[in-house]
Amino acid sequence: MTDILTAQPIDAASAPTSGQRIRAGTQVYMYVSLIVVAAIVVVPLISTALGGFKTLGELRGNPFGLPTEWQWSNYTDIIISKRYWLQMSNSLIIALLTVFLTLTFGAMAAFCFAHIRFFGTDYLVNYFLIGLMFPAATAILPLYIRIRDLGLVDTYWGVVLPQVAFGMGMSIMLFRNYFRNLPSELFDAAFVDGCGYMRFFWHITLPLSRPIIATVGIISFVGSWNSYIVPLIMLNSESRYPWPLGIMIYRGEFSTEWQLVLAFITLTILPTIIAFFLAQKHIIAGLTAGAVKS
Amino acid sequence: MSANAVPSGNTLAVSRRRKRSLANSKWPVLILFLPPALLLFTVLVILPMGEAAWYSFYNWNGYGSPTQWVGWRNYQLIFRNSAFTQALINNGLIVLASLCVQVPLALWLATMISSRIKGALFFRLIFFLPYVLADVAAGMIWRFVYDGDFGLVAGISHFIGVEPPFWLADRDAAMYAILGVVVWKYFGFHMMLFIAGLQAIDKSVLEAADIDGATGFQKFRLVTLPLLGSTVRLSVFFAVVGSLQLFDMIMPLTGGGPSNSTQTMVTFLYNFGVTRMQVGFGSAVGVVLFVICVTLAFSYKRVFMRND
Repeated sequence: MTDILTAQPIDAASAPTSGQRIRAGTQVYMYVSLIVVAAIVVVPLISTALGGFKTLGELRGNPFGLPTEWQWSNYTDIIISKRYWLQMSNSLIIALLTVFLTLTFGAMAAFCFAHIRFFGTDYLVNYFLIGLMFPAATAILPLYIRIRDLGLVDTYWGVVLPQVAFGMGMSIMLFRNYFRNLPSELFDAAFVDGCGYMRFFWHITLPLSRPIIATVGIISFVGSWNSYIVPLIMLNSESRYPWPLGIMIYRGEFSTEWQLVLAFITLTILPTIIAFFLAQKHIIAGLTAGAVKS
Repeated sequence: MSANAVPSGNTLAVSRRRKRSLANSKWPVLILFLPPALLLFTVLVILPMGEAAWYSFYNWNGYGSPTQWVGWRNYQLIFRNSAFTQALINNGLIVLASLCVQVPLALWLATMISSRIKGALFFRLIFFLPYVLADVAAGMIWRFVYDGDFGLVAGISHFIGVEPPFWLADRDAAMYAILGVVVWKYFGFHMMLFIAGLQAIDKSVLEAADIDGATGFQKFRLVTLPLLGSTVRLSVFFAVVGSLQLFDMIMPLTGGGPSNSTQTMVTFLYNFGVTRMQVGFGSAVGVVLFVICVTLAFSYKRVFMRND
């Protein structure tokens, strides 16, 4: 099970379960089913986007259809507002720092576990595995107190470091498995030529590890970009809020004006949707394969 | 060392020297590469978990140091709290919904998408889309969908001419409404697991069934399904783990209400421990959650995923 997802890119279209041609009747039934499910997925999203163009009154009478008069100002007011861009950049900064540290620390530790035998290797690997078994929420109060004692409450680092720490198990597992499966001849050849561990890591392992770097990077980026509970606990100032917290605040402020909330939601999920359609192959493979293997 | 090198005395000496230099270069790497991960993980994952166990025996508001020892009282309070019982039930409901709705749905869609059908990639893309959205965003979108004044449910009700329901405000309906959102958000991920599982099935087995004259449904029931056992177990495993973490989506939808009918373990921890800064009580909830997570992870892997 574990290796299927990486051994071959998931390519649904080229993998028929049976060699037979599908009968026309079956085909109609399939398309109808698929379209119905697709509609259930898409209609809430499209109505949200369209709802942002309506007036509150129209939303009440006509939540599904196109707006009779497009209220562009709902969207433009948010786009020119400082808070939208501030939240987006907060999310981006936190996500980039999280990704960078998860990749660096994870790859470095995994390299040791993959190539160097030393006292207690296996224990240490299992130690990191514990991190895969429970969510950050479990220890959130002591974690908050620790971050407070470190003076990191209400800073980006107060969010980034716990996220990196809780991502360490996943990162180390994925990197270690990948490093161990690199051909060992590489290793032998490099060492015969007098290459040390450092140079081997930097010049041979890393350049060969692009696929796994992408996988771990995608998992930790998506996780951080969407994360809610850690920033909720660690941040106090609205000026540092990432967008999921921002949505909640915005909804609290404009609770009587759904159309503005809908416009705000649409604009905040827009980057995710664009990124997903641009890099769908990598994102789907990364998120599924990564979850299965760790 | 390369196996086909001719071992003359000279090269042996060289290789031994290299081997030694390799052993010497081992320590700088370990000292440089291990500590960042080890330190961060220990300080921010393992220690807080240990501290949670320690704090859970105190009544403490988080300031100063914990002094008021209360023994097992926090744990007693948890298990006597009806909101916690409800949270446990709700977490169970999420797993049940996954078993009865999500797995069949995901499997059904996966078999259709894996068959030679045009547009399969497009549907796969659409079905996976909710999974990449933030739980908070999905929750907020569905809060709008379920809204009885302005939402889609209201629109549908007006269309068929009935009073619009307010499911999220109804303590008997709210949790089921949330289960709908959970399935909406996660079925695409489970479908991907099944697509991968279907790809792994040896085509010759299905061809053999064809030759033996099996119908499509027989093939599915007698060949495909038994071979997908490990995928089903994996899918349920993710549902269990996900259920235990469910928080982000509940907050915008109901926040755990009305009258605690939609609490999950984590929203309970947040609403009763964090917002009231009851560090001792909240830590005790965390410990209970931890024990449940670890027990489930171990026993599930041992009992159901032994051979996978």
